[in-house]
Amino acid sequence: MKVESNKEMAELYQAVILDHYKNPRNFRKMDEQTCSHQGFNPLCGDRLEVYLKIGQGNSTIEDISFEGEGCAIFKASASLMTEALKGKNIAAAEQLFEEFRRLLLKQLDPDREPHHLGKLKVFSGIWQFPVRTKCASLAWHTMKAALEGKTGQTKTE
Amino acid sequence: MKEAELNRIRADFPNLGCQVHGHPLAYLDNAATTMKPRQVIEAITNHYRAETANVHRGLHHLSVLATKKYEGAREKVVRFINAGSEQEIIFTRGTTEAINLAASSYGGHLLKPGDEILVSQMEHHSNIVPWQLVCQSRGLRLKVIPMDESGQLRLDRFRELLTERVRLVALVYTSNALGTINPVEQIIEEAHGMGAVVLLDAAQTIAHLEVDVQELDCDFLAFSGHKMFGPTGIGVLYGKENLLEQMPPYQGGGEMISQVTFAKTTYNALPYKFEAGTPPIAQAIGLGAAIDYIESIGFAQISEHEELLRVHASAQLARIPGLRIIGTAARKAAICAFSLEEIHPHDLGTFLDQRGIAVRTGHHCAQPVLDFFGLPATTRASFSVYNSLQEVDLLAAAIEEARSFFL
Ligand SMILES: Cc1ncc(COP(=O)(O)O)c(C=O)c1O
Repeated sequence: MKVESNKEMAELYQAVILDHYKNPRNFRKMDEQTCSHQGFNPLCGDRLEVYLKIGQGNSTIEDISFEGEGCAIFKASASLMTEALKGKNIAAAEQLFEEFRRLLLKQLDPDREPHHLGKLKVFSGIWQFPVRTKCASLAWHTMKAALEGKTGQTKTE
Repeated sequence: MKEAELNRIRADFPNLGCQVHGHPLAYLDNAATTMKPRQVIEAITNHYRAETANVHRGLHHLSVLATKKYEGAREKVVRFINAGSEQEIIFTRGTTEAINLAASSYGGHLLKPGDEILVSQMEHHSNIVPWQLVCQSRGLRLKVIPMDESGQLRLDRFRELLTERVRLVALVYTSNALGTINPVEQIIEEAHGMGAVVLLDAAQTIAHLEVDVQELDCDFLAFSGHKMFGPTGIGVLYGKENLLEQMPPYQGGGEMISQVTFAKTTYNALPYKFEAGTPPIAQAIGLGAAIDYIESIGFAQISEHEELLRVHASAQLARIPGLRIIGTAARKAAICAFSLEEIHPHDLGTFLDQRGIAVRTGHHCAQPVLDFFGLPATTRASFSVYNSLQEVDLLAAAIEEARSFFL
């Protein structure tokens, strides 16, 4: 199928993003969760729940998953987040969130600065679409709220 | 409409000629706001360039001139909607403020605890929240007239809800989220039969259909300048004089008073009683120019062309696999909202924007409508007299492309 797409479109919707949108990873409810949180973006209706299983005494994210509905950027971001965070400890997860947040705002240039973003670099074009950055950050904010609250399912907004 | 005529109209709108992401703009977000013709832009610029003054409070040359233009705009509104007099035309910031004025002044003072207000399920938030506020503070009850799957009002349910407790019906004339044109004549007649007053939200009607408030016999009518080729910051609340007379002021300040002492203040006559402070002068003048502009094209031509666009858009969109039109009422304006399989409207909106096509995505400030259809958001193309059939084709082709991109 021929798609006449321009540069910005291709940068925003990279193949990795479309792949994770169509086949989101860790897209399931988790029964053995230790904490979870719901996130909602009232502007566009994106909503999700993030589930985490934190190891006893070692603060390692042993498992992470999500469920939810929303746009491609949102879903791919949540999916890639779960891949990136599984097996990391909480401090590393928080550092990665900080790097990701700066990437979205174009405050971090992945080609010039050391970072741990890996595949998350695919979101580097999103600053050109300011209304869409919230779609990419919602899952992360929700994950952080889950870690901070540990339990509970309050809404972020 | 002949192509030459369409091109002549398009040439009046400087912003229509711009390029977006390397493509000529196809502006299909007219329900959000319309473009402004140079006649309107010039009227506003001329006020600031050559006739700047405050109104009603100066006897110098420029103030007299500005007052004349400002009041001239009001006279144009009177004629445009066939109101009884200038006393019935209150300038507001827009539809939202017009409804808030009516809710707070009429609802907040002339309705009694236990009285009921009816709104429909397809209201814009601006015709829901002001009534909720006054219901809370006055102990009134808000009831909702449901709609059916096609986005048509359930008249049977309306009749059940319409008891003698109902004192006010606030209804959208044309739904911005669905395009439905409601049978307002019938609603007004039946509501009046029960002694209830009717407020019409005509934000999406005023630039598309001829509105005659005396023929409709509505008690209040609200609309915004910016959706009818005029500027932002100006709108109108029409109210029947005998109702406006009974209503207390909405805001206090200059302009709206007759005499002020610390012991007692008396209010100005209509419509000034409801226009506290320096009004939006340039905006009112711009609205007057917008009315002139609409009249220069004429509603016959506007309706005919927009109907053509609506029929063509409905047909072109319906052919796209997986596309579901949201709002299929028998009587509809040129507003096409839809969902497209699993593709989120925001992804589609971004895709279309990259081709220069401006549409609205989201809940369109009508969340109950989206809840009814079980959707978080829709994509909406809304048309105006300056849109072309080719723009409809561009939209349909780009949606097809988006399907193969995202699915
Ligand atoms: C049906 C309807 N009512 C009310 C409004 C509110 O108009 P404004 O924002 O100009 O006050 C709108 C505008 O979006 C509308 O479409």
